[in-house]
Amino acid sequence: MIEFKSAGYSYGGKALFGGVDLDLASGSFHFLTGPSGVGKSTLLKLCYGELRPTEGNVTLFGKDLHHMDRDELAAARRRIGVVHQDCQFLDHLPLDENIGLPLAVAERGVLKDESNLKELIAWVGLSQRANALPPELSGGERQRAALARAVIMSPDVILADEPTGNVDWEMSQRLLRLLVELNRMGKTILVATHDLQLIRAAKTQVQARVLRISDRQLQLAGADL
Amino acid sequence: MSVAADFIAVFIRDAQSDRVVPPTGYTATLTLFTAGAMAFLAVFALALSLASGRLADRWGEDLAKSVTVRISAPLDQVAAQTAAAVRVLETTAGIASVRVLTSAEQQALLSPWFGPDVPIDDLPIPKLIEVIETDDGFDATGLRLRLQTEAPGAVLDDHTRWRKPLTVAAGRLRSLGWTSILIIGAATAAMITLAANAALAANLQVIRVLRLIGATDGYIARAFIRRFTLRALGGALIGATIGMLAIWLLPEAGDDRIFLTGLGFRQSQWFLPLIIPVLAAVVAFFATRAAATRALGRLS
Repeated sequence: MIEFKSAGYSYGGKALFGGVDLDLASGSFHFLTGPSGVGKSTLLKLCYGELRPTEGNVTLFGKDLHHMDRDELAAARRRIGVVHQDCQFLDHLPLDENIGLPLAVAERGVLKDESNLKELIAWVGLSQRANALPPELSGGERQRAALARAVIMSPDVILADEPTGNVDWEMSQRLLRLLVELNRMGKTILVATHDLQLIRAAKTQVQARVLRISDRQLQLAGADL
Repeated sequence: MSVAADFIAVFIRDAQSDRVVPPTGYTATLTLFTAGAMAFLAVFALALSLASGRLADRWGEDLAKSVTVRISAPLDQVAAQTAAAVRVLETTAGIASVRVLTSAEQQALLSPWFGPDVPIDDLPIPKLIEVIETDDGFDATGLRLRLQTEAPGAVLDDHTRWRKPLTVAAGRLRSLGWTSILIIGAATAAMITLAANAALAANLQVIRVLRLIGATDGYIARAFIRRFTLRALGGALIGATIGMLAIWLLPEAGDDRIFLTGLGFRQSQWFLPLIIPVLAAVVAFFATRAAATRALGRLS
């Protein structure tokens, strides 16, 4: 699905990380952890092509990111669902249209008419809030809406950047259950988080690899979690 | 996809695509107002162009068909020279009719300057002969030579000297009208480009979200193009309608020779201003397309 080969990223002459070899195989569940500022979000951005590696290669679905044009990148992003910590939405559109937006963008249906849209909104528990505008939603509601939008295209890969950063424990458990459920449906999951409790809780439900960025290297963690 | 197909797609495809662009903002007002004002001015420029065109044609036609022969001779020779000149004119090929203006007609011509009671018969005023040409026209040089022989006081005035500058002026006025329409189109394009650039800059967050969920640059550009093209079309429709109404309300003298009262549209010409909103939409389409392509290229 997504493969890093000796990939690294430098910003302003300073290397965030380098020599990363990583294979996000189909159906796998990975956590990416490490202190703030080590490059977790940057590594995620490399996974969906918002950034390109400054060294080495990243391939998305078999294509080298360096050689993808903007249309190819857009096509690859339709196969990747992204949940951001700050959950970016179009604030002037109601929640159901925001969640259905990837379908419209992919020209696979009109915003509100998709039959599975209501089902999906119910799955993340937002049926009562379908017509609310994004600024009217709580942090937890926005995270669940972002997850619903990320999965509506039935993507192969789901990337989540601190998905539980703005929610309470109960809500983070709910989001985790949704991610685990998606993984059981065969989706590849990568979650960047510094929430070790969440990782411990996840490991009781799913077989997940835990990666850590430390000393500008990507390492396999686990024994200490 | 061809440019024409892209343009048509703005109206019939992606009916909801422009919903991703927030509908509010000063760029909406700016585009509507600009398109409306420019369409209003374009209607007047078009009316000016058409009116001056009609005027040039009419002046050209009227003056080209008639010439005047003026008899300036001592009072006792005027009648004889007039009769001689008429004979020459009646036997000249290319002349359809010859008519000596009566004293009353000459008095009417002079009355704006000297009043109605001018004693025209007592004044040494040249006698005027109106000559109407056939479509083939006559040989002016040959006629002058014959008149010089038969009626030395006769002067042939074929109006060329003062007709030419008039028709040239009217022709230039027509060109000025069309140039104005071009300038209005260019100004509209510039204003819409500015508005589109401002909208693209103000909606970076929208573009970021759309790219995140896999929108191609074509999709994003189409959303902005559709929004601005439809706004320009709407604004121009309003402006053109008001412009047509204003033209329709102008006083009508029913005489195309008079420029100020002849400013307007005749019969089927009333359909021409309806092209202006379509042109405004085309201009907006290309201006927004160029702005969006540039902006999205910079953002990658």
